Amino acid sequence: MKELFFIIAGSVLVNNFVLSRFLGECPFLGVSRKLETAISMGIATTFVLTMTSVATYFIQFYILEPFGLSRFLQIVSFILVIASLVQLVEMVILKTSPALYRALGIYLPLITTNCAVLGLALLIAIKRYNLIQSIAFGIGAGLGFTLAMALMAGIREEMEFADVPEALQGAAIVLITAGLLSMAFLGFSGLIPM
Amino acid sequence: MYQLVKDFLNGLWNENPTFRMIIGMCPTLAVTTAAMNGIAMGLATTFVLVFSSLLISLLRNFIPAKVRIPCFIIVIATFVTVVDLFMAAYFPAIHKILGLFVPLIVVNCTIMARAEAFASKVTPPRAVADALGMGLGFTWAITLIGAVRELMGSGTLFGYHVLGEGATHWVIMLLPPGAFITMGILLGIMNVITRKSARDIQCH
Repeated sequence: MKELFFIIAGSVLVNNFVLSRFLGECPFLGVSRKLETAISMGIATTFVLTMTSVATYFIQFYILEPFGLSRFLQIVSFILVIASLVQLVEMVILKTSPALYRALGIYLPLITTNCAVLGLALLIAIKRYNLIQSIAFGIGAGLGFTLAMALMAGIREEMEFADVPEALQGAAIVLITAGLLSMAFLGFSGLIPM
Repeated sequence: MYQLVKDFLNGLWNENPTFRMIIGMCPTLAVTTAAMNGIAMGLATTFVLVFSSLLISLLRNFIPAKVRIPCFIIVIATFVTVVDLFMAAYFPAIHKILGLFVPLIVVNCTIMARAEAFASKVTPPRAVADALGMGLGFTWAITLIGAVRELMGSGTLFGYHVLGEGATHWVIMLLPPGAFITMGILLGIMNVITRKSARDIQCH
């Protein structure tokens, strides 16, 4: 139990996927203009991350490794599974909740090319987590991503009224803000005994 | 011929993936703790970009429009596997430093974007010229970021000491916040340069 807590807290605060592992920067910089969409994006990604952690666990340890294919087929099989998983999630959301589907809209298919998803799958294979640990890691990664997105969107909503120097307008000031956020997250290092 | 040169130059400045399009940020921020890492990452990405663009351009009349994205992904993932195994065999040290980000070239938006927007619509020579320009544009950009961070963070450039003994090393530049801040400030400088050149063109 304690170990699972460490995995979750570790991936939310200490090694936040966005702010210290640099995974999932594209949506973090691109879809963080409004708080509402940022949180929706975060929740959808958390869902996909959790499903991916289960799927890739079974593929890595029950198909690729027993047959000695891990070196050659890992990247290809992981990315295909993620792409079809995202498609599946899209269909399920469309059937069960059309309102949520409309809210997420174009962001859903983009999750396939989110580095965080493939990064999570590869990290599970590297760290050799068991099934429960993998799920915890997936949830933690998703929560960390959602937290970073929400923080950034909140700051950007306020920043609309700020007087930003002309040259730094747009992505530049967002990156510098992300740097300050990341600096704040450095304070969490050492929180969890490694 | 003129068209090919234009396609090649496009990626170097006008539509530079890093500074103008601002895509492919994950490797840009993650591996740039030294200039050498930038070159290695850039060349690996260029290889994947050139060969996947070539293959996608050759296959453009055979891939059905509905399943094009999965097809592109398989082509890209294959070349990434090639690069991953090649680097692990011949450059194990740099492969270890780049770590997770070598397999993650698959999800570098630049490659997918060029496949979707360019390579799948034009002839192979144009696709290769564009991919080469984009790849080298990405390479110079992340090498520059790597050089700035390396110089400020550890006082070296490509591993050679340049700042001398007395210089203070800003360790923060090597940590995650340094990546974001360096990138932000460089982007600001690029904005100033492009705005100035745009004004110059208007004046003449």
